Order: sequence, then structure tokens, then C-alpha cells
Amino acid sequence: MKFSVTVTLKKDVLDPQGKVVKNTLVNMGMNNLKSIRQGKHFEVEVEGNDQSIAEEKVDEMCKKLLVNLIIEDYKINKI
Amino acid sequence: MKSSVIVFPGSNCDRDIATALEKLQFKNQMVWHKESKLPKSDLIVIPGGFSYGDYLRSGAIAGKSLIIDEVIKAANSGCLILGICNGFQILTETGLLKGTLLRNKNLKFINKDVHIQVINNRTKFTKKYKKDQILNINIAHNEGNYFTDSNHLEKMKDEDLIAFKYCDEIGNKNKNSNPNGSLEDIAGIFNSNKNILGMMPHPERMVDDMISNKDGVNLFLSLLN
Repeated sequence: MKFSVTVTLKKDVLDPQGKVVKNTLVNMGMNNLKSIRQGKHFEVEVEGNDQSIAEEKVDEMCKKLLVNLIIEDYKINKI
Repeated sequence: MKSSVIVFPGSNCDRDIATALEKLQFKNQMVWHKESKLPKSDLIVIPGGFSYGDYLRSGAIAGKSLIIDEVIKAANSGCLILGICNGFQILTETGLLKGTLLRNKNLKFINKDVHIQVINNRTKFTKKYKKDQILNINIAHNEGNYFTDSNHLEKMKDEDLIAFKYCDEIGNKNKNSNPNGSLEDIAGIFNSNKNILGMMPHPERMVDDMISNKDGVNLFLSLLN
């Protein structure tokens, strides 16, 4: 079973990379661009058929290693 | 005084800290991260470098390594722990120190000598310094922008857990004297028991007048007493 995990910086944490990417795009003429937040993407494959158990496991992986909960939010989606 | 320096793949300040410790008469041992037992130590140092190539986040993988469980146990039983640079990042990833180190505000790796002020000199790490003493010390990092939540920040102020702050050569603190954008100019912090110090600057690089200065010496002399 495969899941995607998207990790982004929390709203109130400054994202200097996102800011630079945004400024560059604006300079390239993308005037209607409002904001960009840069993040990370993981594709996680787990064994087993029970989706809720698998999802719980992925959630544990996020909390224990993949995500720094002080500064990052995450979303898990089945793919 | 017995010290142990933990070595990870990608550590690159391990020899520097070992040289500094031995120069100041510590009996030092190097401990590879795959060891599951720590030699008896009064001080454990987590050195600077790029453990595991900074994969995932700086210090994240080292923070889950085999030896770290032993470091956490030792820390909880009162052993002195010093994390320098990547070592500080690793300590925040283990949860031994709260907060985290974000990427430098200017997005650049910064390697230069800066000034820091001793904020709390009543600890085992800093007692040989004068309060508010200004040190000239090297920093070399990409993620040194300390961040924590407002509750923890208040707690650090109440309990005097801020060890060092960035400043200019006469102690002023402003945007220009803060190299990486860290919260309240924080360069180093203690845990509540003050037996753990994490700092981004490199005291081990400041123990010899021939290559730099001796502003780091008193940190090690404090520990010896």
C-alpha cells in the first residue's frame, strides 16, 4: 500500500527558500503569484492490506522521524 | 575528567574537539556511533560536521542512532553533554534540548568569526567566564537559525537557560550582529538542569593563539573544575 506524505513549514515559520522562489517567479513576470511555501514529499510503501493500520504506521513514521513537529505540518494521502 | 566524543559518518570537527580536550588535560575517547555502550564519561561531546550528509534534516538521522539512546540515558542521570554546531542540531532532534535550528535567514552557509556574549556564567560550562563577557568565536553552519515556541522562550528567560547571544564587538545586539536570524540572537542554550549545552559557535577552534585566539579555553576549564 502506497502513501504520499507532504511536509511543509508551519504557517508562522519563515520559509526563506519559498520566499526567494516566489520573488524569482515574480521577477520572471508571474505577477498574479500570491505566495509559495516550499516543502518535502515522501512516497512510502508499507506491507499489509488494512488501510487504517497502514496509515497509522505512516503517521508514526512521520511523528518519530520524517517530520519536525516544532516547525513542520504534514499530510498523508493514499496513492 | 573523562570525556567521550561521539563520531558519526560525516562528523568533521571530532578531531578538533579531541585535540582541544586533550590539550586541556581531559582523558578523551572517541566513540563510534554504532557502539551500544558508552565508556564511563564525565563529559560527552557531540561534535560538529555534517552527520549523514544532513539527509532529511540536519541531525535527524544521527538523532536516532544506536549510541544516542546511551547519550540520552547518561544525560538524564546528570552527565555533562556538550553539542557543538551539528551536535547542537542533533541534541534538538533527540529532544534533549528544545527548539530547532532552521536554515540561516540569508540562505547561505556562513563561516566567519563573530562575537557572542556570555549570558549565564553561573553554570558548569561557563563559570570561568565573566557575565556579559564578549567572545570572538568562529561559526560555520547553514542551519543555525534557532527557533522555539513562545512558551519555551519565556521559560528560558525565567530559568536563565540562554547561554550565549550573538552581538557586535561591544555587546550591541541588532540585525547586523545576528548572523543567521536566530530568535532573540540566541547562539547557545542549556536544558532545565543545565547539564546540557548546545551551541552553534565552535569553542574548540579557539584554544590556540597561533591559529585563532583562546576565547574558547574557559569553557573547557570551567568543566574541569
